[in-house]
Amino acid sequence: MAFEPKEEQKTINYEEARIYSQEELSNYTEEELKNYKIKHDVPDLDDLEKGPWPSFVTDAKREDLHRKKLNDERLLISKNCVEDLLGQLQLSFDHGETHWKHGGIVGVFGYGGGVIGRYSDVQEDFPGVASFHTLRVNQAASKFYDTNYLRTLCDMWEYRGSGLLNMHGSTGDIILLGTTTEQLEPVFHEMTHELQQDLGGSGSNLRTPSCCIGKARCEWSCIDTQDMCYELTQFYQDELHRPMFPYKFKFKFDGCPNGCVASIARSDMSFIGTWKDNIKIDQDKVKAYINGEAQPNAGSHNGRDWGKFDIQKEVIDRCPTGCMSLENGELKIDNENCNRCMHCINVMPQALRPGDDKGVTILFGAKAPILEGAQMSVMTIPFMKAEPPYDNIKDVIENVWDWWMEEGKNRERLGELIQRKTLQEFLKVVGVPAAPQMVTAPRANPYIFWKEEDVPGGFERDVEDYRSRHKR
Amino acid sequence: MALSTERLGKYDPNNPQENRVTDIGPRHFWQYFPEVIKNNYGKWAYHDILEPGIMVHVSETGDKVFTVRCGGARFMTVEHVREICDIADKHCDGHVRFTTRNNIEFLTDSHDKMVAMKEDINSRKTPHGGFKFPIGGTGAGVTNIVHTQGFIHCHTPATDASSLVKAVMDEVFDYFTGMELPAKVRISMACCLNMCGAVHCSDIALLGVHRKPPIVDHEYIDAICEIPLVTAACPLGAISPSKTESGKKTVKIKEERCMFCGNCYTMCPSVPISDKEGDGVAILAGGKLSNRMTVPKFSKVVVPWAPNNFPRFPEVVDYIKKILNAYSESANKYERLGDWAERIGWEKFFEKTDIPFSEHLIDDYRLAYDSYRTSTQFKFTQAAWDVSKKVGGID
Repeated sequence: MAFEPKEEQKTINYEEARIYSQEELSNYTEEELKNYKIKHDVPDLDDLEKGPWPSFVTDAKREDLHRKKLNDERLLISKNCVEDLLGQLQLSFDHGETHWKHGGIVGVFGYGGGVIGRYSDVQEDFPGVASFHTLRVNQAASKFYDTNYLRTLCDMWEYRGSGLLNMHGSTGDIILLGTTTEQLEPVFHEMTHELQQDLGGSGSNLRTPSCCIGKARCEWSCIDTQDMCYELTQFYQDELHRPMFPYKFKFKFDGCPNGCVASIARSDMSFIGTWKDNIKIDQDKVKAYINGEAQPNAGSHNGRDWGKFDIQKEVIDRCPTGCMSLENGELKIDNENCNRCMHCINVMPQALRPGDDKGVTILFGAKAPILEGAQMSVMTIPFMKAEPPYDNIKDVIENVWDWWMEEGKNRERLGELIQRKTLQEFLKVVGVPAAPQMVTAPRANPYIFWKEEDVPGGFERDVEDYRSRHKR
Repeated sequence: MALSTERLGKYDPNNPQENRVTDIGPRHFWQYFPEVIKNNYGKWAYHDILEPGIMVHVSETGDKVFTVRCGGARFMTVEHVREICDIADKHCDGHVRFTTRNNIEFLTDSHDKMVAMKEDINSRKTPHGGFKFPIGGTGAGVTNIVHTQGFIHCHTPATDASSLVKAVMDEVFDYFTGMELPAKVRISMACCLNMCGAVHCSDIALLGVHRKPPIVDHEYIDAICEIPLVTAACPLGAISPSKTESGKKTVKIKEERCMFCGNCYTMCPSVPISDKEGDGVAILAGGKLSNRMTVPKFSKVVVPWAPNNFPRFPEVVDYIKKILNAYSESANKYERLGDWAERIGWEKFFEKTDIPFSEHLIDDYRLAYDSYRTSTQFKFTQAAWDVSKKVGGID
């Protein structure tokens, strides 16, 4: 099989696209790098060059040296921006406070997101980072790239920006850190025209959706996470680029309940792959695990001697629903009582697989603590088929957005609105009946908000009629 | 095609709409999959971790893909990305991917190519002897820390991110390159309560926090901010409109109501909240995202504040080591940190980690009562004897 893009994908050939020659890209030696000092005194940063973990300081100094050795006309923003960024970072350590000013409205024409303004508050000392704006670049789903694309992006960003970036930001975008206001439109133009690449979301927009590696390299994924992520990102471009929501809105796509992209904690709408038939069992492979011929949990625990694998202790007794048993050497699963936690499948990937009848569970409302406290997503739709073009899912999304845009206050996330308006009301918006799966337990308090239509005869009563039976 | 070297590229500021391309979204993923991934999409049968950081995925077709996972500082330069590309060109037919936890993955279709690649990657060191691409981050260990911008690029942080992550990963490096813990441990870092890093469901979360109420730039606030927005920004109603002596509109802050969330500063630059002595790092523990065995859960605050001792944060690192050591010694195989803490009881968590418990760790925000213990099922630790002694219950 193969998935088709919405529009033809331009081939990017770095050799044709490149700005810098090979000589320019290898314009310093290891020896020079070793002895290289930036002009600011940065003792704390120098210390961070030690130790086994990759040092962002060493990396930044390398970029600074490389920039310094390029000819002036080969860079369109300050040659000194990296060194000034490090200098400002040291000053922030000294002061125990950041030296970036608050925001600043910058952007590209017609978009309300994707660019975040950033200005230094110590511009006299660090003019290279006086204005140092961020661009969010919408990553390819599950973050696979080829080197033609990455090298071209690097040349563009070194030429028109700081050469500093995040691979990747928290929401999933490639983050380009630091350029001037003048270069924002040119960067956007180069990206859309040459790299056929759009910006990601920021502000009160749909934020850049992200997904796990899915079926590309995982045996457990129950949905085509990349395809869903791509399709919904493309379909909702307007919502992604132009703020129309009360606050941010995030989609994340996890292929299975292991939750590798954290959708349940980090997205207003969490899509988690699941199945509704039986776990597939290969009894010969179960025996292979019992006999020590296959490594439990794919070898995750090999760093320590945990003793011989014990299927009873490590799988059957750890099953949260107690729905597994071993009978005459055969593993049995009472699938009706399985809650698809993935533990047995994780421990014995060669023997157990998710079933064949797959779809998504949809949960709503996760967010970080600001303001009402952190929330995780609420299980609302137990199972839904997820097949292109995902029209059934788009219907759900749009109902929820309509309600949130109508009822939500400024900077109120969906989860907070659900809390304020109640889950009951939210279920009406989604158009689904209440189900015990949506709660961990029924309510303990009896304060039920009965509606007039729930009660025979309604709320209208005559006190005189009452008094005809009960004296004052 | 070629990238432009004109100052404004092909963009014409006098005619910004000309040939404008918008709303094209991300590039399509399929073109970036290596051949072995395209050929086996949706057909993967199982995987094995061959050694820390190295996985093989086996397809129903019999094909295999070998993955070498390397840690990376998420803040990187184009020079570093070019080196990643060199590795990808040399060993992976020009393909590479990044994980959600800032790791870099190099994929190849043969064991031999993987071995050659591993050797190449391990040989790449910085002039100071550190690894450029440490291999690890799989299985029952500590993988890369997801984090936020900190002082590098953010206007609201209460601490720095890149330095703290570097300091922690240097110290727990052996857990990254090894797999001797009871289960995976996910460490996450966010520089303030806005939590761009959404660290609230991590085994160990490091969170920048403020401890001093905002100060007000009285002479400027009315010109810079919308006063009603500032007052509405406070979840506890601690901010109210006021006037300066000269009659200018400003706000006043009821300091005893402040919970130091910083939301007011997010809305208005005239109420700065950061402060060298006040700011620091809170440590939360025991959260998880996966549904495996137990349901996802929030991390709990176990250290209310540790100092911003730049650049190496020795106090924070020490707490993390205490938590990891106690967990490593006493948790069962497969048991996540939070499941372990719940099984032994949080009172035992504090005893075993030797982290002091204080009143700051008892919830007093919304729904606080839900976290109060309303049973006699608890374990005796020194903390319990301290209570009994104080009230005259024992000598």
